[in-house]
Amino acid sequence: MSEAARLDPGVRGEARTGDERASARILRLIGKAPVNVVLIFVGLLWLVPTLGLFLTSLLLPGDFATNGWWQVFSEPSTLTFENYRAIFENDAITSALVTTILIAVGGTVLPIMIAALAGYAFAWLDFPGRDWLFILVIALLVVPLQMALIPIFSLYNTLGIFDTVFSLILFHTAFGLPFAIFLLRNFFIGIPRDLMEAARIDGASEIRIFVRLILPLGLPAIASLAIFQFLWTWNDLLVALTFGRETQPITVAIFSQLRQFGANIELIAPATFVSLVIPLAVFFAFQRYFVEGLLAGSVK
Amino acid sequence: MSGSGTVTGIPPVTPAPEAGGPGRWRKHALAAGFLAPAALMLGVWIVYPTISTFYRSFFDQDGEKFVWFDNYQTLFSSDVILTAIKNNAIWVLVVPALVTAVGLVFAVLTERIRWSVAFKTAVFMPMAISAFAAGITWRLVYIQDPDQGALNAGIAVVKDTFSPGGVLSSARPSSDAVVGTPGGGLTLDTALEPGGVAPLGLTAIRSSDVPEDAVQAVLPEALQGGINGVVWRDFKPGGGTPGEVESDEFGLPGVTVELRDADRRTLDTTTSASDGSFAFEDVEPGSYRVAIGEKTFAQPFGGVTWLGEKLVTPAILISYLWIWAGFAMVVIVAGLAAIPRDTLEAARTDGATEWQVFRRVTVPLLAPVLTVVFITMLINVLKVFDIVIAIAPGSVQDDATVLALQMWRTAFGGSNDFGVGSAIAVFIFLLVIPILALNIRRFRREV
Repeated sequence: MSEAARLDPGVRGEARTGDERASARILRLIGKAPVNVVLIFVGLLWLVPTLGLFLTSLLLPGDFATNGWWQVFSEPSTLTFENYRAIFENDAITSALVTTILIAVGGTVLPIMIAALAGYAFAWLDFPGRDWLFILVIALLVVPLQMALIPIFSLYNTLGIFDTVFSLILFHTAFGLPFAIFLLRNFFIGIPRDLMEAARIDGASEIRIFVRLILPLGLPAIASLAIFQFLWTWNDLLVALTFGRETQPITVAIFSQLRQFGANIELIAPATFVSLVIPLAVFFAFQRYFVEGLLAGSVK
Repeated sequence: MSGSGTVTGIPPVTPAPEAGGPGRWRKHALAAGFLAPAALMLGVWIVYPTISTFYRSFFDQDGEKFVWFDNYQTLFSSDVILTAIKNNAIWVLVVPALVTAVGLVFAVLTERIRWSVAFKTAVFMPMAISAFAAGITWRLVYIQDPDQGALNAGIAVVKDTFSPGGVLSSARPSSDAVVGTPGGGLTLDTALEPGGVAPLGLTAIRSSDVPEDAVQAVLPEALQGGINGVVWRDFKPGGGTPGEVESDEFGLPGVTVELRDADRRTLDTTTSASDGSFAFEDVEPGSYRVAIGEKTFAQPFGGVTWLGEKLVTPAILISYLWIWAGFAMVVIVAGLAAIPRDTLEAARTDGATEWQVFRRVTVPLLAPVLTVVFITMLINVLKVFDIVIAIAPGSVQDDATVLALQMWRTAFGGSNDFGVGSAIAVFIFLLVIPILALNIRRFRREV
């Protein structure tokens, strides 16, 4: 819209002939050609690596070794789902996928529940030291995961919960909380005070206000958060690598094959593609929430 | 960020004045109840470990002996950890600035195209993928063999256009009659005068490398007033006699043959026919040499070793840019949308060029957004782990390592040194503290 307004010559002078306008338009199109060409090139450049991974996953190792994934354009007959059939018959991979789903779902639901409670308290409840505690939460936002690995490793061993899905979920929950509390508190605080006061006058308890008012109104923020948290936990390698041995999500299962990268491409490529299809689907389905959450988290 | 509530018909109510006494304690208890789960999680999983790691960093590997600052001394004396520090410095210097700049350029350019949604989706997509999967994706791109790695395949196409590989990259002389090295070209040992015949026998040519149009080699008759000869594959099943053109031995077509004078200057060149024969006609009397130029033996492009010790870090940086450019672009696009069109319009009306508008109006107005992107990337870069472990093959991880990776390798990747591992973690933590202070200051300004 603004584009049209800006480029309409009528905005500045009315006495222009149709000829001039047409030639200006042609000039503008020519002027824009380089930008279009450059961006098409960049866009393709950005897609090629993922396309390469996908096509590689559809080639038998022998075919890939003699001529890379681009051979499919000249010889489409080399494409096959054989590698996918093989990984879905591979127990290590299928159980890794189940583990990944469990971790990602648990690691999404739990922190959101806990953060919603805390976010509400920080936004709408009065208690001494509220601002200081919130500053502490912001401080925890940047604590590197590495600071917790060694003590939690020892703690998990002491408690006997090392190498369990549950212990991985708890770790993800804790490290997801600072951002989740930060995001939800900032969203909840934007809910009109009048609504809250009216409900209080009507005699609603804080818990009722939280469940009936805050959660429904906070749904957009909760959705953004859910997507982030899901992607983080689904995509994690470091935490699972540290606190799991038998409990392997898909990233760790692939990681264990990396030592023989060249020899295992027929397993690594399809497994990697499967591991990124779910996040991509989530991303494309909820792109709006994803971007909004990103902006809420970084630009204030 | 967007509309956060609905308009209601309920009249505004002023909150009742705060009453002391038991009501207040009930309220505090309620707040405590809402906060308790978060406090427990943050306390046990972040606050306690942070303190514990500090403490642990002053003890030795087994955690039994107090060693003061020995672990920190190791930080700055161990070669691998020093490499990690050096690499992380490169990451810090290059990546935040590069990602912000590329994001800015993309953001400004997308405003000029009609298909900006498609472009933004393509560039932003890697953000959804795990850094680990992105690493594997790029490891495929970086495979050295140009028949498998896309990047080297692309370079091979360009390179072969300008300097194609030789037809006979592996050939060697078949007898002492031909001397020299493939790198400098092969020369017939005997000097020739007009009327001389040059048999240039070569071996060590795979039968698959013999050109398809090759036929039985023929040693030509001497040429009056000229020099001729044959280039052939001096080998047949069973071996044959070196230096002699025999039946079942093929000519080598397409070979560039040079005629050189006594001073080794090339006077003339010609190309061998399908039976391997070649001829230089009308040669002045004198002494000449016949040679096969070094181009014939040029090695085909073998591929750049992207994941060797020298290039591995730049290679990983590029794939990291691939992941994060979309993030920078999207945040900056949002910042651009907030710039009033009138401001830009006014500048243009006043006669500013597009570049001046960009440099003097857009960028200064975007400064806060650019800062946010830059700082976000700074924090990310200090924690980078997955992509390095995914792309760098085990043999070059010592060269590609960064602090977060080295912390993990030290504590969990074999040597199990919790003392030095803790010290590296503390070091990373100290590096992010300035950023932490910045975040808190921004928040307090807001409140």
